[in-house]
Amino acid sequence: MHIPDGFLAANTWVPAWVISVGGLGYCVKRASEALKDKMVPLMGVMAAFIFAAQMLNFPVVAGTSGHLLGGVLAAVLLGPYAGAVVIAVVLAVQCLVFQDGGLTALGANILNMSFIGTMGGYIIYSLIRKAIGDNKGILMGAAIAAWVSVVLASSACAIELAVSGTSPLKIVLPAMMLVHMLIGIGEAIISVFVLSFVLKTRPDLIYNEEV
Amino acid sequence: MHKKEILLWLAAALILAFFVSPFAASSPDGLEKVADDKGFLEKGETEPVVSSPVPDYTWPGIKNEGMATGLAGIFGTLVVFGLAYGIGAMTKR
Repeated sequence: MHIPDGFLAANTWVPAWVISVGGLGYCVKRASEALKDKMVPLMGVMAAFIFAAQMLNFPVVAGTSGHLLGGVLAAVLLGPYAGAVVIAVVLAVQCLVFQDGGLTALGANILNMSFIGTMGGYIIYSLIRKAIGDNKGILMGAAIAAWVSVVLASSACAIELAVSGTSPLKIVLPAMMLVHMLIGIGEAIISVFVLSFVLKTRPDLIYNEEV
Repeated sequence: MHKKEILLWLAAALILAFFVSPFAASSPDGLEKVADDKGFLEKGETEPVVSSPVPDYTWPGIKNEGMATGLAGIFGTLVVFGLAYGIGAMTKR
């Protein structure tokens, strides 16, 4: 759901840019408080893995494909703030180097996928993980949060399109939600698959909030 | 993370990017599909604000499409790895 140039009007992309720049500044500040030594290379590794995985579109329904967003996956391992920074790095490179997502829309793409998808997704994951506990809580929390994060990010995208006057909300919102409810299933499956592997091999890499 | 472990994970990402990406589904993604169905796709088909060096994950000047995509994938994977690692290291200080 990388929004290209032309889909958003200035009344939408300018405020979205302001929010994303301010928000990223806040994320870097918060991440620096929580970042441990072992997490620095993990930021690079997660960015690499999510970038590569985002190239792998999987078919969902006739004539439509989807790919991993990776926000919840990044946040489960790095916490919400460093996770959001990693997703923003991936989005910025996709936009500037590969023309995937427009430069004007980059703020909105960061808002949708890095803040709503990653930090919003982390809140959902964290609540479910605490309620269930153990590794089961981590995997259940990640699965549900991964699905919800994709639907939420796509809803935000639809709202921005509507505010821009590109498509009426009552048309674009249900359409975006419906297709991303399917893509979200792929998001949940890939996230659980990777996290199961991490839990088996390096469970200490799962991010734990300081108490 | 140990150096060896970092390199293993990075290698896994590079293998995905190079060998698997040429086989990825090429049909439009969720947003493109909705844009097409709801009749606003052409709004996004204007000239991009900045021109990218490697548009559409295809390395310019390489005839073999799979190779062009794979190389773009390797390049992008290394760029984001370096950037995120660097930002992490700067943030940590």
